[in-house]
Amino acid sequence: MHIKARPLRNLILTFTPMPFLELNGVCKGFGGPEVLTDVNLAIERGEFVAIVGYSGSGKTTLISLIAGLQKPDRGTVKLNDLEITGPGPDRGVVFQNYSLLPWLTVAENIALAVDQVFPNHSAEKRTAIVDKAIATVNLTPAREKLPRQLSGGMRQRVSVARALAMDPQILLLDEPLSALDALTRSTLQDEFERIWEADKKTVVLITNDVDEALLLADRIIPLTPGPGATLGESVAVTLARPRDRKALNHDPEFKRLRALVTNQLLGFGAKRRATITKKLILPDILPEDLDVPRTSRKRPLRPHEIKQEEVAAAT
Amino acid sequence: MNKFKLDWLILPLLGIAVILGLWALFSATWAKDLPSPLKTWESSKPYIVEPFAKRGEMDQGILRFTWYSLTLVAQGYALALIIGTPIGFFLGLSKGFTKTFDPIIQILRPVSPLAWLPLGLVLFLGTGKEAGTYGALFTIAICAMWPTVLNTAVGVRAVPQDYLNVGRVLKLSRWKTLTKILIPATLPYMFTGFRLSLGIAWLVIVAAEMLTGRPGVGGFLWQEYNALIYEHIILSIIVIGLVGFVLDRLMSLLEQRFKTA
Repeated sequence: MHIKARPLRNLILTFTPMPFLELNGVCKGFGGPEVLTDVNLAIERGEFVAIVGYSGSGKTTLISLIAGLQKPDRGTVKLNDLEITGPGPDRGVVFQNYSLLPWLTVAENIALAVDQVFPNHSAEKRTAIVDKAIATVNLTPAREKLPRQLSGGMRQRVSVARALAMDPQILLLDEPLSALDALTRSTLQDEFERIWEADKKTVVLITNDVDEALLLADRIIPLTPGPGATLGESVAVTLARPRDRKALNHDPEFKRLRALVTNQLLGFGAKRRATITKKLILPDILPEDLDVPRTSRKRPLRPHEIKQEEVAAAT
Repeated sequence: MNKFKLDWLILPLLGIAVILGLWALFSATWAKDLPSPLKTWESSKPYIVEPFAKRGEMDQGILRFTWYSLTLVAQGYALALIIGTPIGFFLGLSKGFTKTFDPIIQILRPVSPLAWLPLGLVLFLGTGKEAGTYGALFTIAICAMWPTVLNTAVGVRAVPQDYLNVGRVLKLSRWKTLTKILIPATLPYMFTGFRLSLGIAWLVIVAAEMLTGRPGVGGFLWQEYNALIYEHIILSIIVIGLVGFVLDRLMSLLEQRFKTA
């Protein structure tokens, strides 16, 4: 029995797929202290991974490294076992601030990407790809509009459509929804889920919203706060798909996962928390009565007349 | 919002009336040699009612003179843009280029057209009779170039990194990055430069014509000063001002058109 088991284990090892995207001991600083220290990450093909962290913890730096817009100081970033040396259309990036070219219409913005990625396709075929991408994000009526004529949510859809149209091997979403209002955000989250269900692309989503990560991702990896940020223990999200946001709120597993991830993040935060308390001095100011005619207003208070209230505040 | 509806028309007219009044007052009191508004009008009438007449080399309708000046300005200005825009792009794109040429640009920029013109004449002495024209073109181009150069450079440096990142992710070629991203993103700045350059080109033409004696508004002005017909100096000044104003308006319209986001 013992002897027989060994080849079986070897077989399993051989069939274990190589990680599709692999970061090994990646460090990155911008001259100063390191923003990211020893980041290790392995993502399988077709996986939807969310990286959750505080703002300023180096999330955007991480995605820039994967996109190839930045080079790591140490360590390697590999896609498909090939080291990433620069940006390229095999990694579709959706930036936080949309990054649409304001002088091009929706269709032209996407066509710029499509023409670049599929130079050998016929013009009709490229137009068809553009149209399909626009339809995927439900923007067909806005096809000929300029970005400034669109709302923030619509602009971000264009940005997503542009990334999808390039048919990248991996989609990198850099806080794509954080600039949007809550309602638009949830609509777009549902749309992301639908789009991902349709073609199961590998996705790395960077976000600061734990609920968003739980709704969309297969796996959540918390990022410790910077400087010197690194990835924490990953949490597998085992919730069944399609996930319904209303039902999820009452799902005990959802609650458990949310508590887990939140606690991890808060745990990092606690380490960072300083233990000083300082006194906040609030000036004693009464709201001005605007109905009183301006001429009858009293002179401004002299410094010694200001009553002060002391509040002990913990930071 | 109960404001007087015609104030956009009445108030400027009022302003003009005030200036005309002061002008008439001065010419009647302490500046006896200054022609009065009425005298100026009477003396200028033949040049205005027959704006395209040609009675002699230096005795032509005022619009005919203006036309001569404008064609020369157009050539010099075109030269300034053709040379200035690429220099601006190089300055904006390359730190080395900036370090090499920025000091010399800063030194040449404040040099007056009156100083450039003799140099221009010397440069084109070999062309004989045409030296005046080429000298004037040279002067217009070199004086009008700077706002275009500097604004283009600023515009190129101000292109948001986001747009450039789009280009990098898409792996656009250098040429495509230039035509699809850099130029459209810089256009508003470029047009501000173009507008300022046109203003300068029009300033320079008058000086250039005065010194070279070419037929044109500026040449006419100088000739009539020498001929002691002071009314025509004032006519020329008004025409120069009006043309400059119209050119600036036209450029401003163009500029609005190219404003992106």
